[in-house]
Amino acid sequence: MEKRSARPAREIVVPGDILDDSGAKAGDNTYTVDGKVYAAVLGVKNKNQYGVGVIPLGGRYMPKPGDMVIGMINDIGSSNWMVDIRAPYPAPLHVSEVPWKVEFGDTSRYLNVGNVVLLKVLSVDEGKKIQVTMNDSGLRRLEGGRLVEIPYVKVSRVIGKSGSMIQMIKSMTDCRIFIGENGIIWIDGDEKNAEVAARAIEMIGENAHKGSLTERVKEFIEKELPNAGEVGE
Amino acid sequence: MSGTTDMILVDKDGKRIDGRMPEEHRAVKIEAGVLANADGSAYVEIGKNKVLAAVYGPRECHPRHLQDPTKAIIQCKYNMQTYSVSDRKRPGTDRRSVEISKITAEALEKVVLTELYPRASIDVYIEILQANAGTRCAGLTAASVALADAGIPMRDIIPSIAAGKADGHVLLDLNKEEDNFGQADVPLAIVPSTNEIVLLQMDGNMTRQEFDKAIELAVGGCHDLYKLQKEALLKRYGDGGDSDE
Amino acid sequence: MSNQVISEIRRDHILNLLKDGRRTDGRKVDDFRKIKFETGIIESADGSAVVEIGKTKVTAGVKIIPGTPFGDTPNMGVLTTGAELIPMAHPSFESGPPGADSIELARVVDRGIRESGMIDMSKLCIKEGEEVWMCFLDLYAINYDGNLFDAFTLASVLALKTAIIPNEQYGKGENKPLPITCIPISATAAKVGSSLILDPNFDEEHISSARLTVTTDDDGNFRAMQKGGQGSITLDELSRCLDMAVAKGKEIRELIG
Repeated sequence: MEKRSARPAREIVVPGDILDDSGAKAGDNTYTVDGKVYAAVLGVKNKNQYGVGVIPLGGRYMPKPGDMVIGMINDIGSSNWMVDIRAPYPAPLHVSEVPWKVEFGDTSRYLNVGNVVLLKVLSVDEGKKIQVTMNDSGLRRLEGGRLVEIPYVKVSRVIGKSGSMIQMIKSMTDCRIFIGENGIIWIDGDEKNAEVAARAIEMIGENAHKGSLTERVKEFIEKELPNAGEVGE
Repeated sequence: MSGTTDMILVDKDGKRIDGRMPEEHRAVKIEAGVLANADGSAYVEIGKNKVLAAVYGPRECHPRHLQDPTKAIIQCKYNMQTYSVSDRKRPGTDRRSVEISKITAEALEKVVLTELYPRASIDVYIEILQANAGTRCAGLTAASVALADAGIPMRDIIPSIAAGKADGHVLLDLNKEEDNFGQADVPLAIVPSTNEIVLLQMDGNMTRQEFDKAIELAVGGCHDLYKLQKEALLKRYGDGGDSDE
Repeated sequence: MSNQVISEIRRDHILNLLKDGRRTDGRKVDDFRKIKFETGIIESADGSAVVEIGKTKVTAGVKIIPGTPFGDTPNMGVLTTGAELIPMAHPSFESGPPGADSIELARVVDRGIRESGMIDMSKLCIKEGEEVWMCFLDLYAINYDGNLFDAFTLASVLALKTAIIPNEQYGKGENKPLPITCIPISATAAKVGSSLILDPNFDEEHISSARLTVTTDDDGNFRAMQKGGQGSITLDELSRCLDMAVAKGKEIRELIG
């Protein structure tokens, strides 16, 4: 057996694995039977001061109010647009939630099928009906640039602790990057730089990697953009 | 279960035609995450059975009239590819596949936490690439792994295996010959943490004693399969993991 | 994101790169994605293959069964090809009988094999007018990322090339390989914007205005073609597609050996 590095190896659990039988509080993605806490999804066991839960390794993004998401208009109604945000449920964007005054039936004048939009999740009710909005600073239709899709569970890795990872990628590639909690990321910048940023993010989105992720991403960008910071080529 | 043969399926020492003893199951291989588009997938081999399962969901329920406002529904489609059996199967659905699809969905309903996704559908697709008895069990075993791979919340992972009887011996995991020429077939699926039965069928002729023995063998076989299902899922995400500062 | 509509950002990105002859995955316009294949993995079939072109993955199996010949060809074997776009392959695929897409795919694959004379049908006669060998070729898409025409054709060719006539099973003597005379290979080009690109992936296929599948034989002669899509191709584009198909056919033929 190899000597483990300083950080303890994460414990992967499958549905049905017992997480705690000593009365700990049940965290996310668990279920309880007779006071014992069991894993409900395939993921990493996570025990902290709030209880014991599971951080999922996969699965579909489930919207939470306040999440910033990137989606695509895939249908138009007379007073709303339907947005695909890669969630189990469709996300309707109502005419009252956009910065324009839209007449009834005039919706296609403002947004069309295929348009990509940066939105915020307004609410998710008990029946899982989702409402999204474009009425907040920074929210809008996105044009140009490129999109990268990663599993939503990897978004926190792309952001990094206190935003360290995404800041590093942004400054090394000099690109504008918007990260949707739903795993869709928009990148805009010089073509070669944006390509490198996209691939760095895809790298984070993929699974097996050993050692320090931050180091590997930094090395990758340095290798692809040796003149990072210099003007053009 | 209707053929007759001069072949000796189980000899006096209990040895079967493929060399196994009565309580042994066939060699098993399970791999999780084998398809790129599906939300979850698994490939399973049990003996000569080769089975592929894929899951999409939770997602919008189609057809809409099947939507349940209180929970997600599980829609399962089991299908045998035309060349999976020695007598070519005509393409398209048949009554046997419809029945298997139904009992598979029902078995999964018992463990999937469907109340978390009202109005949605969890779609499970099972394709049999090569068949050699016990395909419905292999299919359900693969489907369970695919559901876990898809990150769908469940109480437990469901293993499934059949036991039966041939030449008067109660056997675990019948192969094709034992199924065709034997005297009984008992497919079973359980929830490993509680031993609750979520799938059970029987056809043939068995005494109470023989049936109890068959259940005992099948439950044991299920627990063996469960370990392999779990291994396949753990293997999917590696064991070292990554670290970050 | 959504199943069939490609977002305008994706679309614009693809078109922009094509202006410089580049594609989103780094390929050149006439590059195929990585091709992987395995034959003979399904023992219940008389010939089988699994083919991957990039992320597109398909299975092919052939069952060879004695049957009655057609009236007008009493001493020739029969080939029947079917294809299914099963729901596991893509979130937009629905359950049900083969639709127009599956049928077109099966017929184009079948045409390439039939017109090239790949299977020597005259050697499949068991008893003239009464019994011949029937080859039932069935194709399944299990993961769809564009270009099923070439994936299905290649899988079919590999399954047939390695197929064994099951004489023993029917008491007709020793098993023998299916008599094969040549190896047809297809190459599909999609018209995206004003560019022609080979082996389109899902996104490229869904923003293309037209596609052309060209099947060539070992001599570089043409055996089957199919133009699809609601757009049109110019005579010059046709000529370029034919050149690409011959060159690519040669490459792929060498790859599969």
